[in-house]
Amino acid sequence: MSVTLNRAGLSRDAYKGAATTLCAGCGHNSITNHMIKALYELGVEPHLLAKMSGIGCSSKTPAYFVETAHGFNGVHGRMPSLTTGAQLANRELIMLGVSGDGDTASIGLGQFMHMIRRNIDCTYIIEDNGTYGLTKGQFSATADLGSVQKKGSVNTFQPIDPCAVALALGCSFVARSFSGDGKQVVPLIKAAIAHRGTAVLDIISPCVTFNDHDGSTKSYSWVKDHEESIADVSFIPFFEEVQVDYEPGTVRDVQLHDGSHILLKKLGEDHDPRDRRAAQRVIDEGRANGHLVTGLLYVDPSAEDFASTEKIPATPLKDFDEKDLRLSREQFDQFIAEFA
Amino acid sequence: MTEPIVNNLTIQAATVNGSGSQTANLVLTRAIFHMGIPVAPKNVFPSNIEGLPTWYQLRITPQGHMARSDRVDVLVAFNATTWREDLKTVRPGGVVIHEESYSTADARTDVVYYPVPFAKLAKAKIASDTLRKQLANMIYVGVVAGVLGIPWEALEHGVKRQFLAKPKAVQVNLDAIKVGLDHYQDNFSKQDAYRLEPMTGVVEGKVLVEGNQAAALGALMGGVTVAAWYPITPSSSLCEYLIAYSDRFRTDPTTGDKRIAVVQAEDELAAVGMAIGAAWAGARAMTSTSGPGISLMAEFAGLAYYAEVPVVIFDIQRIGPSTGLPTRTSQGDVSFAYTISHGDTKHLVLLPGSVEECYEFGRDAFDYADRFQTPVFVLSDLDLGMNLWMTPAFKYPEKPFDRGKVLGKEDLERLSGDWGRYQDVDGDGVTYRTLPGTDHPAAGYFTRGSGHDEHAKYTEGADTYARNMDRLNRKFETARAALPAPVADETAKSAVGLIAYGSTDAAVREARERLAAAGRPVDYLRIRALPLSPEVAGFVTRHETVYVAEQNRDGQMFDLIRLSLPAELVGRLRSIRHYNGQPIPAEAITEPLLQPEAVPA
Repeated sequence: MSVTLNRAGLSRDAYKGAATTLCAGCGHNSITNHMIKALYELGVEPHLLAKMSGIGCSSKTPAYFVETAHGFNGVHGRMPSLTTGAQLANRELIMLGVSGDGDTASIGLGQFMHMIRRNIDCTYIIEDNGTYGLTKGQFSATADLGSVQKKGSVNTFQPIDPCAVALALGCSFVARSFSGDGKQVVPLIKAAIAHRGTAVLDIISPCVTFNDHDGSTKSYSWVKDHEESIADVSFIPFFEEVQVDYEPGTVRDVQLHDGSHILLKKLGEDHDPRDRRAAQRVIDEGRANGHLVTGLLYVDPSAEDFASTEKIPATPLKDFDEKDLRLSREQFDQFIAEFA
Repeated sequence: MTEPIVNNLTIQAATVNGSGSQTANLVLTRAIFHMGIPVAPKNVFPSNIEGLPTWYQLRITPQGHMARSDRVDVLVAFNATTWREDLKTVRPGGVVIHEESYSTADARTDVVYYPVPFAKLAKAKIASDTLRKQLANMIYVGVVAGVLGIPWEALEHGVKRQFLAKPKAVQVNLDAIKVGLDHYQDNFSKQDAYRLEPMTGVVEGKVLVEGNQAAALGALMGGVTVAAWYPITPSSSLCEYLIAYSDRFRTDPTTGDKRIAVVQAEDELAAVGMAIGAAWAGARAMTSTSGPGISLMAEFAGLAYYAEVPVVIFDIQRIGPSTGLPTRTSQGDVSFAYTISHGDTKHLVLLPGSVEECYEFGRDAFDYADRFQTPVFVLSDLDLGMNLWMTPAFKYPEKPFDRGKVLGKEDLERLSGDWGRYQDVDGDGVTYRTLPGTDHPAAGYFTRGSGHDEHAKYTEGADTYARNMDRLNRKFETARAALPAPVADETAKSAVGLIAYGSTDAAVREARERLAAAGRPVDYLRIRALPLSPEVAGFVTRHETVYVAEQNRDGQMFDLIRLSLPAELVGRLRSIRHYNGQPIPAEAITEPLLQPEAVPA
């Protein structure tokens, strides 16, 4: 049996993790597989990957891929701050955050927003099922108005849409997808990783145990019936050549700062993902029409990430020693003398 | 005229917050210090930007006592609102320099008044409309200099030192001081007993530093590369100094790159989270806060304890509970910081007792955090942090960083990748860690706040959980022996002992001198860290009665010591508690110790 090695010299198996402990059929498990595929195909070196998460079903998943990478399963809703710190300590790391709708839109909304505001260089995946799984089925803040809980109660509150929030805050990469749509999720994950800055990827990921029934707008059947993809997405990493035949005017090519390309093949109305207002309109209209609009909503490849704004050197801060960090003896004595 | 009182007086300037009075206070302080006279300044300021009363107390003693004193010898009354009350605080025979327009009808007759038309002088003699309000304060410096005899050269030094960064401001300020000095000389003759005279012997080799400056410098010398903070009094200036020092000492002059990230976070949860994330990734990382912020950091502190992430947390204590008195000092976070977070959590706590220790502990905290892979709390307070203290010049560190047990690529190759993140290889409870980015397939592990085994794998196994908790306890015991030991002075050979920590030290030193002079000498043990050193019990064993003096209502350290002692020693402890938000004066300690029952039979 032949094994295909990627540019890091690794097989697909090298990107696997521990066996999942989530329910059979959980959307999150599909996303884990999409993640493995994306990381393998990108040739990410496991030792440079930092898998970050908060608390909840989604936040357990970093244990289920790239076992040899470092991971940090922190406290509920606070993954962005851990990610921010780790990114500053070592700019070479590829920060990959996995969160849920409770972790992001409820307890962690503040940190989510401030991460975006700072444009931390990280990928932030929301495995969004509109419900609290580990605590047995309470509504989350992304549950739609009027959606019905398994036990019958109706959600009376407006949902918080992480993509709309991200766009409003000037997020430099906003996308939405569906766990069952690997063809779309995989290139979006790759693009999110290649993007410099905060890449928010809200993936509707049905909870088979607590939120996959009639009346839910986060169920497999609802999403299948209502998904409206704005464009076919493909991703060409910087180390591959763009070799796609397409009719002129049918495909948009967005080049990211690292030289990779996102190719977007028009499906319906032409959406320019560099137009933030258009992205907001697409989200609003989708919501008004009862559709789940998926695809790359917005990207700004030129945005400067936080570490660059803060003038953090390319050498990881963790690697500086006494000689780089302490005042010299002369500087020190001179400085102390100023206090006389 | 009575016998002159030389270099032994307390000046109290009563002014209005936000009026520029602090600059005048500092110029006066530096001028007197320049004469070789020991100074101990204390700010009593409101939680307010502009308009509320504020007091600056400048204590001057030939011995160099640093504690606050209740007595006021020289009042500078610059605040009409508090004038009547301020006047009551002056001791008989004291000096009152006041705005001429304040009414002295029915005022005290046992003090010496120097009425000065500050407002009129400012209007007539200070040309700049924009600077008049600020410079008016400098006029009082001139009057005080006249009354007490501060030489012009010392005033010049004070102004130049205060305006190091703004040399242009020197002349206008000196001119304003001259207005006050001339007014005194033209209108008054010396009526009181107080004098300042140049002296030698105490201040040589010493500098004036705020604890927060010292801690920021300590952190810088300790190698901090990521600091995250949220503004809160009285800790904000620590990170603000860190920013200023980093701009000066950590910035590449050509590229502008900074060998540090100082991030103003959205709240204290994020601040400590960023620090923990950075420390996990291998940076030396810190946050700085005060009471309410410490409360918010509770959950993350438990994560760092259990997942074993090194992080340094400065707590510049202010008085609580809740918002409390945000601009007043306290030692009220001791027991909370020690065990902050749910479950069986406990932390290493450093207790600097001087600004020199703010520097040293601020620096060494990063070594302790790395060595023991756990949060280290540095408990300073508002009194230490925001007041200027006379201190010996700080020493340059001779030791390199101690980054603790970190396995690199070569180590992992040597071990053939066979290691466990939470495996106690050395028997000291301290395990080995790897950093993200280490290029070895066995380097990666999963850090989590949930139950984990020796290889960092998730487990809810009962035995594994208990084994890990026992190992954490072993690590805590290793740390207990390594943290700064208490400083003991048992030269009094007394049956009575005193225990204190942190900024209370200044009052204890002075109290001991007075007690010795009264024929009641006491021994002293100053605690410098938690968990408690076994030397604390040893000290109690050697004394029949031991007083624990501290600045909180509940006797928090008193309780911690009692819990640590064998039952037969517990009864020896007495508690002295000062908790009104003002720094503890020596009297708070001498008074109970001069009671007849303070002496064991």
